[in-house]
Amino acid sequence: MTAAVANALEARRLPRWAPAATAVAAAALAYVVFALGGVLGGGPVLTVVGAVVFFLAGLALASGIVEGSRAARNRIATALIYSAFTLALLPLVSVVFTLVSKGTARLDAEFFGHSMRNIGPQDNSGGAYHAIIGTLEQVAIATLITVPLGTGGAIYIVEYGRGRLALAIRFFVDVMTGIPSIVAGLFILAFWVLIVSPHLSPDGLPFYSGFAASLALSVLMLPTITRSSEEMLRLVPVALREGAYALGIAKWKTIMRIVLPTALPGIVTGVMLAVARAAGETAPVLLVAGGGAGINFSPFHGLQNSLSIFIYDQAGSASKYAPARAWTAALTLVALVLTLTIAAKLLSRRNKLR
Amino acid sequence: MAKRIEASGISAYYGAFKAIEDINMVIEPKSVTALIGPSGCGKSTFLRSINRMHEVLPGARVEGKLTLDSQDLYGRDVDVTAVRRLIGMVFQRPNPFPTMSIYDNVVSGLRLNGVRRKSMLDTACEKALRSANLWNEVHTRLSRPGAGLSGGQQQRLCIARAIAVEPQVVLMDEPCSALDPISTLAIEDLISELKNQYTIVIVTHNMQQAARVSDRTAFFSIDKTGDPGRLIEYDETNKIFTNPSVKRTEDYITGRFG
Ligand SMILES: Nc1ncnc2c1ncn2[C@@H]1O[C@H](COP(=O)(O)OP(=O)(O)OP(=O)(O)O)[C@@H](O)[C@H]1O
Ligand SMILES: [Mg+2]
Repeated sequence: MTAAVANALEARRLPRWAPAATAVAAAALAYVVFALGGVLGGGPVLTVVGAVVFFLAGLALASGIVEGSRAARNRIATALIYSAFTLALLPLVSVVFTLVSKGTARLDAEFFGHSMRNIGPQDNSGGAYHAIIGTLEQVAIATLITVPLGTGGAIYIVEYGRGRLALAIRFFVDVMTGIPSIVAGLFILAFWVLIVSPHLSPDGLPFYSGFAASLALSVLMLPTITRSSEEMLRLVPVALREGAYALGIAKWKTIMRIVLPTALPGIVTGVMLAVARAAGETAPVLLVAGGGAGINFSPFHGLQNSLSIFIYDQAGSASKYAPARAWTAALTLVALVLTLTIAAKLLSRRNKLR
Repeated sequence: MAKRIEASGISAYYGAFKAIEDINMVIEPKSVTALIGPSGCGKSTFLRSINRMHEVLPGARVEGKLTLDSQDLYGRDVDVTAVRRLIGMVFQRPNPFPTMSIYDNVVSGLRLNGVRRKSMLDTACEKALRSANLWNEVHTRLSRPGAGLSGGQQQRLCIARAIAVEPQVVLMDEPCSALDPISTLAIEDLISELKNQYTIVIVTHNMQQAARVSDRTAFFSIDKTGDPGRLIEYDETNKIFTNPSVKRTEDYITGRFG
């Protein structure tokens, strides 16, 4: 009697190896039908798609017969989710693979120690030192400009903003988020390079600069940072603010010492997303910093290159040595962004308690 | 250290909605005053208007006169942060600051109000944790996160945090409602000890708790939803629970309240 009750909860299950076996069988079937048999024209893509379809159908059939329809639907849903995940991962893996396999050819000291000055189409040497300096300086300045402005704006919107002004600011932030990067570049070109910079140079002529690129990048980063910081600040529970107020802590101190630290990891993530995007921007930087082959340490005067411009130049160059330089620069850019992101994550976690 | 609170003609609003009307009561120093009454009758609202936390919400305001030992709390030039330093508050749900250690939580009120001396902070931390009956449980792990304690310990941590700034009044809004019976007893014992030093006002839905810990009890009620809450009866706790003079109080206490 008791045994029967216990058994009522049990159901027939497919053996553990069933999905794997189905997958192998489906792959074999697809190979025979499409790759060897050439049904529907054949080809590798059709073979893979066919294998997936056979797998789903076979699994549904087996599970439906043995386990019943509810379990079969569960298995199909699980399989679909895994397929979607694999599909989403594919481009990422292939990008990383391509970058690493093609980018290592010029991964040498020359690349990180020299610029492209006096490098002709016949030369296999030359490097991206000047571009790395440019990217680092431009992104650093843009971050210095946008982080205080962006988080400050978010704090205003969340903590102080009431009524029309806050609504208007939020609206403009939303509009700014949609500005194409080339428009930001054109704006800085027209405003900073052509109108402001002549007043700053001794000869009264407009000039390119890395700083102008920083300004253009700032226009792009500011709305992202404001928006993500705003969301993060809103997630901080009201109870924490009230707890601080009830201790007689002033509002600004509550914000600086209680609310901001609580929201910090999320804010850092938002900043890093903005930085990553800015580091890869090409068009606006090209418009206002101009590129150039030589090393220019000063972001405030003269042509300055950046990794993304470097990639653009090398990829379009006729020299047979240029593509390798472009790939290595691309690898460097990705590694740089990745390193910055990891460093920022570690830093923001460090002041979290153990 | 403890001070007398006098409320006269206090009404509080959420926007256009009047939540409490014309509350008059005197809260005696060095005693425990319990606020009881059905849900929505404005106990929390009244409590929050005592330390000017009510006005933190947008559109919320308070009318009437409230004094602490005859100093007007709602005077035009009164600094709200100074009021809140004198009148501490413990909330229904424990709310330790998640980025801070136990130690930092306890001294946060002092430190963020400008106390820098490490020795002073250390002394204050130990004193507050001892008063909150938490010292023995946490003194070996003061640098661990405050959010890592159990719910009852977190609530006592919040009490320690509130008394570390040496207020004169401590307001508690259902401080035990999220806690188990043992933690509740610990906090009730704590309240009985704290009343030697502080004026304590506690909101509770637990009649036995009100009877156990309080010296005086105020019964609030509303006529129907949408009406403002009023103070129905306010007297010695003994009197309220054995021989209330208003029929509604008796109905509520004996559970006949609809
Ligand atoms: N933030 C708010 N905005 C608008 N109305 C509110 C707000 N908080 C409370 N109220 C209203 O004010 C009235 C009194 O609420 P209050 O929280 O003071 O009741 P309470 O006696 O503490 O109830 P409980 O025992 O459930 O905690 C209720 O009608 C409630 O709906
Ligand atoms: Mg309440």
